[in-house]
Amino acid sequence: MAAVASAGQAGPQAPAPANRPAPHGLRFPVWRWAILLAATAYFLIPLYSALKFAGLKAFPDIFRQSGFISAMGLSLRLALITTILTLLLMVPTVVYVHLRLPQIRRMMEAITILPIVIPPIVLIIGVLKVAPGFLLSTPYLLALLYVILAMPFAYRSLDAGLRAFDLKTMVEAASSLGAGAPATLWRVVLPNIRTAMLSATVLTVALVLGEFTMASLDLYQTFPVWIVNFEQNSGPVSVAASLFALFVTWILLMVIVTAGSWSSRRRGGGEVALFTVVRQDFGQTPGEPG
Amino acid sequence: MTASMTAGSGRAGRSGAHGDGAGAPVGLQDLSRSFGAVRALDGLSLDIAPGELVALLGPSGCGKTTALRIVAGFEAADAGSVTVDGKDVSPVAAARRDMGMVFQSYSLFPNMTAADNVGFGLRMRKLRSAERQRRSAELLDMVGLSPQARSYPHQLSGGQQQRVALARALAIEPRVLLLDEPLSALDAKVRLQLREQIRALQQRLGTTTLFVTHDQEEALSMADRVGVMKDGRLEQVAAPDELYDRPATAFVAEFVGIMNRVPGSLLGQDQVRALGTVVPVHGAAPAGPGGDVDVLVRPEGLQVAAQPGGNGIVTSRTFLGSVTRISVRLSGDLTVKVDHPSAAAASMTPGESVQVSLPAAAVLVTGRR
Repeated sequence: MAAVASAGQAGPQAPAPANRPAPHGLRFPVWRWAILLAATAYFLIPLYSALKFAGLKAFPDIFRQSGFISAMGLSLRLALITTILTLLLMVPTVVYVHLRLPQIRRMMEAITILPIVIPPIVLIIGVLKVAPGFLLSTPYLLALLYVILAMPFAYRSLDAGLRAFDLKTMVEAASSLGAGAPATLWRVVLPNIRTAMLSATVLTVALVLGEFTMASLDLYQTFPVWIVNFEQNSGPVSVAASLFALFVTWILLMVIVTAGSWSSRRRGGGEVALFTVVRQDFGQTPGEPG
Repeated sequence: MTASMTAGSGRAGRSGAHGDGAGAPVGLQDLSRSFGAVRALDGLSLDIAPGELVALLGPSGCGKTTALRIVAGFEAADAGSVTVDGKDVSPVAAARRDMGMVFQSYSLFPNMTAADNVGFGLRMRKLRSAERQRRSAELLDMVGLSPQARSYPHQLSGGQQQRVALARALAIEPRVLLLDEPLSALDAKVRLQLREQIRALQQRLGTTTLFVTHDQEEALSMADRVGVMKDGRLEQVAAPDELYDRPATAFVAEFVGIMNRVPGSLLGQDQVRALGTVVPVHGAAPAGPGGDVDVLVRPEGLQVAAQPGGNGIVTSRTFLGSVTRISVRLSGDLTVKVDHPSAAAASMTPGESVQVSLPAAAVLVTGRR
């Protein structure tokens, strides 16, 4: 995952140094190749092993297994609901903190890291003991819990997105032109943090599609729970399902990232990275062209 | 920069309640504002006539931006009020004040084209799309940026962005135009062009304008009147020439333009002896007879002549066109700058002895530093 937070100030017209080495080819040092190869092997060998173990014939069988469709459907519904709830909760919160309470940003960072520090098993056991009956009887209690789990990632994505543009000035400019808070949020703020919102969405979807502990303890069969349960029936199909899940998640993330980056680049905005927003310049070039 | 003021471009169809060419009078009454222990504004009062451009000039932290933000509605005053057209707008939200503002930092909405940026305020006023587009095109034409109408901010230079920001602020036919150091991020050449363009547009539209800057050249060249601020208060509000020629206080005298301090001693309340000459005192003297004071005099207010055994030695000289600015060390570490016609300054080279004197004109005096 790219995790580069950059506040690069160099404009697009900034001339490159004349003696800058070519960023490819033989100048790439040998030790870098070695690390790259080691890392590639570390990630790809297990995947290759899993593929070899499952065999290609196991893949069509996935869709014929009982419970697959409903488990996948539940996971996708949970991903959708979690993403919507996360954005509805976090976007106004982060915008408000940036605008009105910048002094508590550090505290917010500390608070939002808590779901990473607290083990999910502690969280789910506590919630299952105190949650009201109507929530315990629905799988969508998981969505509420996933909102908490996604908070560290969503907060950081949105925070980085808001840091990348001059929110205060934009809001004041909109206000001076007669825009109220809803119009400012809808027409000015949200379009300019769309990249960050996409990053938050990507991370939230990935988290929900892979979460096992809470769903298992809440006794609902999401896709990861189904894979584990099914493993006892058929090892190869279960491994094929894992690879399939990985592939689907990867495709989904690539679609979101590519669509977000394409749309954003058209307007000179940032690239979608999975943790933060890599800032591009909004025209800092002094003077007139030509 | 493309053609600045297009001859054919008319006004953007002002049809507001203020009538054609009539800006609204603005009043700041006894404004005070503190941030913790820092008193940013300390009883600031200022009246701006309809269609007038007033610049607030002062060093960093003098309160000028706070004053502008209170007028815009982005800050609330602890005490005092702001009136527009005689009505107190203090309780009115910024979005309803009908004031256009151009910010110091580039403030165009990155997700909108130049035309959409200009049309944003009109959209908020529920103008129909066709009318909005017509007005946007008119305003962009007015600032000479019609070809860039479909460009996004990142495709525009800094100067172009500020011109779009100006068009956007003017598109809503504001009762008051607020300029918060709009030129400070631009390079010198663009700054000069844009400042002339802003002034020409402001005069053409007759919009009452409050302009905040720390750049005295900008303030003096653009404003009808300049208010010099210090520690949250106005030291003096006057036309640029009056401010330069007849500064009311030592701070104004030294902040605006170049000023020499020459040691002198008071002879009574209205005369001072300096550089061997007795000259009248302008304004109130800060000490009684015999008191040590500093005489404030501009480079063009001193006379210099080559003279062996004179009271000073030339240390450097700078050619400024018709005049040459000569630095003369008088005694110890006291150096003064004197403007002398370039044609007669050839002999005054570094190391030469010269005689510096005061002409018999009234001078401003202040306490000895």
